[in-house]
This record gives sequence, C-alpha cells and structure tokens, in this order.
Amino acid sequence: MKKFILDLIVKENEHINEHYFVLKLTSNDKLPDMLPGQFVEIKVENSPTTFLRRPISVNFYDKELNELWLLIQIVGDGTRKLSEVQTGDTLNLILPLGNTFSIPKDKNARLLLIGGGVGFAPMLFLGAYLNDLGYNCEFLLGGRSEANMVQLNEFKRYGEVYTTTEDGSMGEKGYVTQHSLLQKKQFDMIYTCGPTPMMQAVASYAHKRNIACEVSLENMMACGFGTCLCCVTDTVDGNLCVCTEGPVFNITKLKWQI
Amino acid sequence: MKNPVMTASGTFGYGTEYSDFFDISRIGGIVVKGITLRNREGNAYPRMAETPSGMLNAVGLQNRGIDHFIKHIYPEIKNVNTNIFVNVNGSTVEEYIEVAEKVNDLDKIPGIELNISCPNVKEGGMAFGVSCPAAATVVREVRKVYSRELMVKLSPNVTSIAEIARVVEDEGADSISLINTLLGMAIDAESRKPMLSTVTGGLSGPAIKPVALRMVWQVAQEVKIPVVGMGGIMNARDAIEFFLAGASAVQIGTANFIDPTVSMKVLEGIEDYLNRHKFSSIYEIIGAMTI
Repeated sequence: MKKFILDLIVKENEHINEHYFVLKLTSNDKLPDMLPGQFVEIKVENSPTTFLRRPISVNFYDKELNELWLLIQIVGDGTRKLSEVQTGDTLNLILPLGNTFSIPKDKNARLLLIGGGVGFAPMLFLGAYLNDLGYNCEFLLGGRSEANMVQLNEFKRYGEVYTTTEDGSMGEKGYVTQHSLLQKKQFDMIYTCGPTPMMQAVASYAHKRNIACEVSLENMMACGFGTCLCCVTDTVDGNLCVCTEGPVFNITKLKWQI
Repeated sequence: MKNPVMTASGTFGYGTEYSDFFDISRIGGIVVKGITLRNREGNAYPRMAETPSGMLNAVGLQNRGIDHFIKHIYPEIKNVNTNIFVNVNGSTVEEYIEVAEKVNDLDKIPGIELNISCPNVKEGGMAFGVSCPAAATVVREVRKVYSRELMVKLSPNVTSIAEIARVVEDEGADSISLINTLLGMAIDAESRKPMLSTVTGGLSGPAIKPVALRMVWQVAQEVKIPVVGMGGIMNARDAIEFFLAGASAVQIGTANFIDPTVSMKVLEGIEDYLNRHKFSSIYEIIGAMTI
C-alpha cells in the first residue's frame, strides 16, 4: 500500500480518563485506505524531549465519515503532549504503515479477539472490519483495573464482550488467559494485541490447542517504514522488521518459547 | 553529482523505501545500508533508544550480504538516476577487499563508502577507524582493487580525527565522509538495565552536530580531497554550517526517520540561502567561515 505523509485535522480529542484519550482525525481530502493492524507514525510538535515520531495503532477507520481514530495511552512526554491537542489543530502523520491480520476463508469461523491495555486499539478496528465482512467475533478484554477498560460500548457494537481485570474491579478477576470463556468455548482463530507477556500467554493457549493465532507486536521503532532496522523481532526467517513485516505475526513464525 | 545533498547509510534503506514519498532521483547521492560479505542478522532487540535530541542505535549491520545485494537489490535500483554508493563493511581486511571487488564490477555504482567506523559490531568495523596503521592498511588494500570513487567514512571515537584523515588521504582515498555515530549508552533507571541489548551503541541526531561540525572543520583543514559532512543535520541551516566548515557535500541521516522528505527540504533551503546571500554556486561557501 502506498504510504503518505499527511497533515490531518483534529476533529475531536476525547479524554477517556487520566491514562487514555482518543484522537479523532480527519482531512479535507479523502483519507487513504487503512487495514486493521496497520499503524501511523505521528510527529509530536513542541515536545523537546520527543525526538522521534510515535507509532500508534489504527483504532478505527470510518471510510464514509473520513475519520481515523487513535487510542493513545499517556506513557511519556510525547503522548502527554499529544493528549493536549485541540479540535482544529493539525497533526503530521505517516500512514498507513505495516501489514494486516489474515481473514479466514470460512465465514462461520469462530473468532476471538483478545486485547490487553492499550492493545485494545487495533482489536476495535479489526472487530468492525470483520463485522463488515460478515463474520461474527467475540472480544475478551483485560486490564490491570477498571481504568484500563476503555471503549467497551464501541466493542459491544461488533460482538459479545468478556472482561477481566487483575484487581477484579470489572469482569472476572485475573488475566485474560484465566477467563472462564476459554474453558467453555472453542475457537478457530485468535487475534491478540497487548503487553508481550499477555500475548505470549495467549499464544501458548492457542498453540496447545492448535488454534490459529496472530499477534500484533509493538516494538520500539525509529522510522516505521523499514529503513532503521531497529524494531526487529526474532523469527524463523531471522530478524524481521516489525514495522514492515509486521506488526501482525502468526505465532508459528515467532521464536517464542510457548 | 547533480547537487551536494546525499542520504546517509543506514537511514535510507536502499532508496526505494522512500519512493512513495518523493522522487528519490532528485537526491545528489544515496549511500545504501551497510553491506558485508555474508548475511548478518545484526544484534538482538532492543537496538534503539531515544535520547535527548537524538537516538542510540545498535543495529549491528544487519544485511543479507553482497551477493544478495547484487542479485536482488542492484537490479531494482541501478536505473535510479542518481549516484548510488555502496557502504562497504568487513570484519577483516580480506572481507573489505572481497566486497569492494564485487562492487567494482557493478557499472551503475559510481563509488563506495568504506565504513571503518561502525561502533556496533564485535569484530572489525570501528576497530579499523580508530588506529592510523589499521586505517592505512584497509584503505591501501581496498584502493588496489577498487577503481571508482573511494570515499572513506571516519569514526568520531578517536583522539585526533585529523591524523586518521591524513592517513586515509595518503593511502589513496578520493574523499572522506564523517562523522559516523558517537559511542554512547543509555540506562533505564527503573529496571536498572541497559536500554540496548549491546549496552553501548551509536549516538546520532542533533545532539552530535557540534562534534561533527568541529571534526569536519579539522579534517577539511588537514586534507585536500573533498570532505562529506554529516552528523545531526535536520534542516538547510544545519547543512550550510557544514559547508562553511569545509564540507563539499553533506549527508542527511537520522532526520530521514522523522521527515522522509527532509533531504528535498534541505536541498531547496540551500538554494534559497545561496540566492539570499547572492552566491552563484555552492562552491563559494565551502570552507567560507571567517574567523
């Protein structure tokens, strides 16, 4: 897919809570097509300690509304500065970057989308996309506590939502892989994005039951389009760039000890 | 060269990665990602850390080797209408020679950049660029087998950059490029662990520009061959400073990651500067700093 460098307009900066916000961006021109799993690289202005762009997963893309959503967690100076943008501001983005999830041929495939923390972001777009294509999907979303459980109403539009929190403040207490759903139901395909230990636990669950599984990695990167070679992950084909060969990988390709 | 703005090795892939963003044939020269004799997987992740006004990297020359380049990449880029330089690396003098010999057979490659300054490999690399006898040997031996433009990329991690430059010129280099990255490190205070898998890495970006400028100035005074300046150039003004210090051309590196079109902006900005100051050519500002 052709990559673009675009100045997009902030339509809305929706603060969910003190940790998360959603930037809703648009343009006077038609936004380029984007696929679930893909990401953008945002330039952060007026933050002296933020030298590089910030890679952010596409949270939602509405072709008709010409709108792109980015769910962002405030983790440092760069994301804090981004959290301060106002409606009408412009942001410079490089997009779309990276690959996408694979879609099963069987429309009746039982699909489970597992998100953890800010890893919810691509799962919403993937769920919406799968829905558009006529697939049913279910979401298993987990976080440290209730404050991490964002966009649940959006998720509910596209499928059944199951929740876990480590402190038990919402849904079942524990990790996503401990949720009773996984004991009760069978799935044909699992997609996941979240902290690496969580994705590894999910990958291990899938691997042991012979369930196809794709994970979306979020390694640190300098460029986002395959030239700095900083974001590599170790695969059966050697070190591959997460930005161009990923961020989505089938677990059979990764050298995870699962 | 059609203009004095080049892109630096390791920051511009093989050029084609940028062709979505602009017409890469407008660049004066492209130095492709460092190439070694054999496939190298590079260092383990994490390989990058953002630092104040810059970044550390420890990629470790990941590449598929010269034969892969010749077979798969060269055919894709050989007709791009600009000067494509191959950045040549080795663990031993013999490896440098073998890669240079193979590149010598490529008609559409007008020159090589001999990298004796990579700080991220265990063997070779920077070891050749921090001692005068080692630098002399590798330049002399490669000169014997390589007939086109031989540019040698120097390491800033030395006591006297002018001495290394002198040796490199004496052994037959056609030009000198500098600086490669400065050896540095970063620690995550919370986890008490290094930020890079290799602990140390190469620092680039605006943080190193004053060091680069100083070294370009010292080298330009020492040698007669052209000097290609780089190190933290983010815009045309930065580039102008390198010309004033004595560089005949510049390379844009880390800035490509942040703005993929930066080299075109630098090029246009240089033209504006020349017009504004009524210079008829870039040659009038090379080494034109007045003290």
